[in-house]
Amino acid sequence: MATSPEWVIQAKQLSRHFGDLKAIEQLDLNVEKSTIYGFLGPNGCGKTTAIRTLTGLLKPTSGEVTVLGLKLPDDAEKLRLKMGYMTQKFSLYNNLTVKENLQFIAKIYGISGLAQKQRISELLSVYGLDQKQRQLAESLSGGQRQRLALAAATLHKPQLLFLDEPTSAVDPENRREFWEQLFDLCEQGTSILVSTHYMDEAERCHKLAILENGLKRADGSPEELMKNMAAKVVEIEAQGIRQLKQQIITLPNIITAAQLGARLRVLVKDSQPDPLAYLQHHTQLANDKLNLVRPSLEDVFITCTGGGRQ
Amino acid sequence: MITALYRIQAIFFKELTQLKRDRMTFGMVIMIPLVQLVLFGYAINTNVRHIPVALVDHSQTALSRALVQTVTATQVVKFTEQYNDIDSAQKAMERTDVRAILFIPHDLSQRLARSSSVGLGLPAASDEQTSRPVAQWVVDGSDTMIASSIKSLRSMPLVELLRQPANRSTPTFEVTLFYNPEQRTAVNIVPGLLGIILTMTMIMFTSAAIVRESEHGNMEMLITTPIKPIELMVGKIIPYIFIGLLQVIIILGLGYYVFNVPVNGGLLPLFGVTLLFIAASLVLGLVISTIATNQLQSMQMTIFILLPSILLSGFMFPYEGMPLTAQYIAEALPATHFMRLIRGVILKDVEFTDMTFDVYWLLLFTVLGLVVASLRFKKNLD
Repeated sequence: MATSPEWVIQAKQLSRHFGDLKAIEQLDLNVEKSTIYGFLGPNGCGKTTAIRTLTGLLKPTSGEVTVLGLKLPDDAEKLRLKMGYMTQKFSLYNNLTVKENLQFIAKIYGISGLAQKQRISELLSVYGLDQKQRQLAESLSGGQRQRLALAAATLHKPQLLFLDEPTSAVDPENRREFWEQLFDLCEQGTSILVSTHYMDEAERCHKLAILENGLKRADGSPEELMKNMAAKVVEIEAQGIRQLKQQIITLPNIITAAQLGARLRVLVKDSQPDPLAYLQHHTQLANDKLNLVRPSLEDVFITCTGGGRQ
Repeated sequence: MITALYRIQAIFFKELTQLKRDRMTFGMVIMIPLVQLVLFGYAINTNVRHIPVALVDHSQTALSRALVQTVTATQVVKFTEQYNDIDSAQKAMERTDVRAILFIPHDLSQRLARSSSVGLGLPAASDEQTSRPVAQWVVDGSDTMIASSIKSLRSMPLVELLRQPANRSTPTFEVTLFYNPEQRTAVNIVPGLLGIILTMTMIMFTSAAIVRESEHGNMEMLITTPIKPIELMVGKIIPYIFIGLLQVIIILGLGYYVFNVPVNGGLLPLFGVTLLFIAASLVLGLVISTIATNQLQSMQMTIFILLPSILLSGFMFPYEGMPLTAQYIAEALPATHFMRLIRGVILKDVEFTDMTFDVYWLLLFTVLGLVVASLRFKKNLD
């Protein structure tokens, strides 16, 4: 257990600015080999910029990046043979068939002859596209298109895979399947960096970083994040929840309150040692109406990002 | 090196497959030269004939009618209207019903008898008498081509009118017309049209081809692969070289069979200069594609190049007739050099080696353009 982990991505004080806009600021990042690392954050928080900087598509304004032992941006060309990148928008050719798209990518990576044939038929069966291989990419469903994009990104067996919001246009069923495939890849030794704004997806990652406005607010495994959260979660069952909510959010030490059906989920700052007593005192509700519950990733996210969004 | 060729070939076949699926574009590749050549080959004619004109005849004699017939026989004009007074004829000219008016004065026979154009009868006419013209043309001079056609009638011989033997006159100069003795416009237009159609399709296709990749988001994927900018560009260009050659064959074949335009030079110099021009145009398209950010912009820039290529290259108007500044601009356009080369090869059977200036210029343009395009093409998103 004493061996130090093998890092596939190391970033120190990484910043990228577009004019006055600080898309990412002072980002420190360490991604371990054969893990899935997540970037969780709202739209426009710098997830895509971070990924583009780590792939060498964008030059960092300042800071150091080492990916797979290669220093960026100088060794960006060498990195391209070892990494795969699945863009947020479908970026294969709509007017080529599934097979033609894969053949094109294979040729670009210099995979030819029998090796190409075998690899493509392997990918087609792994990603369930056998039946669709002669179909134009534009006629595929969202889930199929996503699988095709993943097949293309992993065709040259990259050591490191970047996925930019891979499942934003995919239904939950397909999303589950997609993640199963990611774990398969991970087990085969591929390291994966994935960005998302879905909590359930973030929860599947081995480790994740919560980003907001270009800044990393927290990082660690989902369990660690939930354990170390600087707040307690109380669920209240009561009548007249809308009014109760208005009353509670004006209290000091309350981060936010959100209604879940007939319940109200309240985040209380850690500075309040006994949140149950505190809330009971202010709401005058019976004891059994208030429960301390296990925090979810969403609670972590809201606590970290200030929670000013209601 | 082998992998580079392999990647170029990957782009090449991908481009061909996409082109094959894009029926409209594929159709245009064939239809543009076909339709435009037939259309322009017949339509563009610098020998203006059958200009509609009005007649105002104040003489109303057999002689005046004979004069009108002689003028009609030249086929330059066609009398479509007749008026009693010059004012209503002028109205017709304002409406562009007619482009000129022939005014025959009442004393036509006296004027004609003394006119030098029929040979001077006896007794000898005085200076005042001979300097009086027979009749007058009032011309809509706004169109210079029509004006000069009618001007050419100014000193037409009228000897037939009086059934007199023609004056044997020796011309000051003997004129021998080389290369196009019958003065057929198509002989000049068809090779020129080759340059214009290639300019249009070649620049448009390549400029749109690269811009389309960025517009559809494919570029973001391509730049994360090991492909190099120059490989991408070369792979994109090669299919269009074949398309260009296909168009050349259509245009020259049609020109030969329909318009009887001979190909006097050898096929080798012909394809040599054409390939050079195709390369120069494709590279120009590439440069545009590195500047434009969407297909509409690339289309606008193509038109920006196309119009001077049509008007200044010598396709429509002689290069020599343009002011010096315009000539400098024309020199910068590949089309100008191609016009000289292709007309030289097709009509005059000029050897490749006799036109080194234009050949070197096109070569230099291609190399420079390729360097500029490769430098401008960015393989990152900065």
